[in-house]
Amino acid sequence: MFYKKCRNTAATSSNDLFPTRTTTDLSRRRFLQGVAAGGALMTSGLGYSPMARSSYQQPQALSGNHFSLSFDYKKVNFTGKDRIATAINGSVPGPILRWKQGERVTLDVTNNMAVDSSIHWHGMILPSAMDGVPNISDNFNGIKPGETFRYEFDVNQSGTYWYHSHSGFQEQTGAYGAIIIDPIEPFYISYEREHVIVLSDWSDEDPENIYAKLKKMSHYYNTRERTTGDLWNEIQENGLSQTWNDRGMWNDMRMSDRDISDVTGYTYTYLMNGNTPADNWTGLFKKGERLRLRIINASAMTLFDVRIPGLKMTVVEADGQNVESVTVDEFRIGVAETYDVLVTPEYDMAYSIFAQAIDRSGYAVGRLTSDPALHAEVPQMDYAPILTHGDMGMGGMDHSKMDHSNMSAEMMAMMMGGGIEHAETEYGAHIDMLAENPQYRLDDPGVGLRDNGRTVLTYADLHNLDPTPDPRDPEREIELHLNGNMRRYMWSINGIKFADAEPLMMKYGERLRITLVNDTMMNHPMHLHGVWSDLETGDDKFIPRKHTVIVQPGSKISYRVTADALGSWAYHCHLQYHMPGMFRRVVIA
Amino acid sequence: MRNKPACTVFPICLALTTTSVFSAMEDDPLLYMLKADQLEARDTDDGTITAWEGHLWIGRDLNKLWIKTEGERSDEGTESSEFQLLYSRAVDANWDLQVGLRHDADPDPERNWAVIGFNGVSPYWFEIDSALFIEEDGQENLRFEAEYEFMLTQKWVLSPEIEVNWFSEDDDELGIGSGLAEIEAGLRLRYEIRREFAPYVGVNYERLLGDTEDIAEAAGEDTSETQLVAGLRFWF
Repeated sequence: MFYKKCRNTAATSSNDLFPTRTTTDLSRRRFLQGVAAGGALMTSGLGYSPMARSSYQQPQALSGNHFSLSFDYKKVNFTGKDRIATAINGSVPGPILRWKQGERVTLDVTNNMAVDSSIHWHGMILPSAMDGVPNISDNFNGIKPGETFRYEFDVNQSGTYWYHSHSGFQEQTGAYGAIIIDPIEPFYISYEREHVIVLSDWSDEDPENIYAKLKKMSHYYNTRERTTGDLWNEIQENGLSQTWNDRGMWNDMRMSDRDISDVTGYTYTYLMNGNTPADNWTGLFKKGERLRLRIINASAMTLFDVRIPGLKMTVVEADGQNVESVTVDEFRIGVAETYDVLVTPEYDMAYSIFAQAIDRSGYAVGRLTSDPALHAEVPQMDYAPILTHGDMGMGGMDHSKMDHSNMSAEMMAMMMGGGIEHAETEYGAHIDMLAENPQYRLDDPGVGLRDNGRTVLTYADLHNLDPTPDPRDPEREIELHLNGNMRRYMWSINGIKFADAEPLMMKYGERLRITLVNDTMMNHPMHLHGVWSDLETGDDKFIPRKHTVIVQPGSKISYRVTADALGSWAYHCHLQYHMPGMFRRVVIA
Repeated sequence: MRNKPACTVFPICLALTTTSVFSAMEDDPLLYMLKADQLEARDTDDGTITAWEGHLWIGRDLNKLWIKTEGERSDEGTESSEFQLLYSRAVDANWDLQVGLRHDADPDPERNWAVIGFNGVSPYWFEIDSALFIEEDGQENLRFEAEYEFMLTQKWVLSPEIEVNWFSEDDDELGIGSGLAEIEAGLRLRYEIRREFAPYVGVNYERLLGDTEDIAEAAGEDTSETQLVAGLRFWF
């Protein structure tokens, strides 16, 4: 068992950089007080019992350079029902692995399950053979039941990363955890304490069932569909003819402007460090301390919008890479992305770390508090986003009258011509829309976050702290289109699904540009293994280096890649149920 | 229920839908879906009858095997029952082409047809199932079915639908005249307890047309009927 009760946390967890004895004592004392004050807390509107408030769990932190990890089936209960998770070292999430930059780590991973498994070290630059993607990584075919695989590699980078199984849908069922790599040089801004915050989505359903349901009824999990009442309101507001025109494109394309997430809070319980909102994960601080929060989105399918009401967050690291500090109220974190932020709570009080799902069907929440007895107000979720004509820059259903120059599309009508060419393979029953004129939308925080009155991080805000390591201009460009058919729930790249695709070839040492065009109405967090994705945000001298890049609906985005890692690599959308189709093998030779 | 025997196929399906262990899941697993669009009691002048309409498919994203069935049963036995076995191929983002065979087990005499049809969703979200049926001796039956769903709330769904049948020739044995023969319109209000499980109530209207109407009239039969219905829609 690697879970610790709250009252032991500060004493045992090396998650806190500076655990103090006083914190432990405080924690114990307040725990008892919390019981005594139960009546008052119960009426505070939160609805959590003081016992429940103290029942949060904290993944164990392991440090050193030799680790033994194991996959086991593990009984968990997040919803009131017992379920079986695919747990690493017996916990969900798995243990926090703490490494040191410049050291060599050895990880023996034993598979005690009945099916193959694997661990991929997400964001780590390492030899292909250690990357942990079965049948893609060099000489790696997964870890068979009962077998132990030894991963061994040099840790040349620092920052916040994570690991997860790359086999089947095991990531959905709990096989993920945080990696923290302490730098050789001190971090560029000092801080007193840190907390790791792993966000994830848990379902009591088998992932295979979720996938099957999506194939049978792609809107199965959408409990915020358009209703006749919505239509009536629009007719009241805008008149019949305007409404008819507004609805035209959606009705023509047979798509829904309420289609934000494929899998929602209908089945998901959103977790923070493996704790439900009711468990209320808690991170302690002392007034005036500068805290570093290492936030990792280990979800299968959920993009989160994260904020801490009452605190400004200073983003200092993105995907493990130091960035020029930028202060925001809120940021969107795509599946598999990480952000490190600094916060300085000035008061003895409790703050909610509020991570609402992009479709507002639920949230993960925990608290930062100076005192475990304090409860933090949990904010209301924002309104569920609706994809509108404003999002698309479209006036009506008549595409011929559309002003293409203003078309920053959330999605585009299926038409020939315009700003982009589509391959023959992008036409057919497997594809339901093609972007006609996709735009760079780097300064767009994304649907649901625009003009919300808060300062929201965008990719345009990211500048690498250090100068771009490879200043060469790209020698060539690869354009990849992200395709899909929502109703049939089919996903592909350039209209070709992984099973039918040739590998993408890169020449060792070359510098190239990959431009991604999103021909769908969903966000796709694209993850290229093995090499950095140097995101072109306009500042060529300080290009932020990412391992996972959100491609917004109907948009395009580009990054530079230095193909300096020989071997075979995976390249895919990190949404669990898009990944089977929207996947490529990349060979650098 | 004539589609009962199909249930024996499910364990086989389950066995085939194995989890592949790969870097990515198998993107296109073999799946099946059984759906009872209508399984209902209809209140008629001659007492309560049971009616059903549903399908089973087995297959992958673009290619599927479909079994469709519909029919009616009264106290006196099965009044009509129809089965189709179809190969279904996705030909467009929203449309499947379906070809195969249709067998009418009831009423007597039985009829066998070749089928070519389109199943899918039209612009403005009409669910369409239409087909041309060609019988052994040249009779042609053109059928058009359309259904729409008004989401009143996330749980209450009002669903109008219409079905029209046209025949190329008279079929004296079955009392069918050439031309437009029949129109059926329904309005059903369902409550989705789950997506997969929704009881409903509604009204169903049937009317014979043209020569078929004349034939029925001459035989002293009703040529139109409005029925209250109550039933269950489910799928898995």
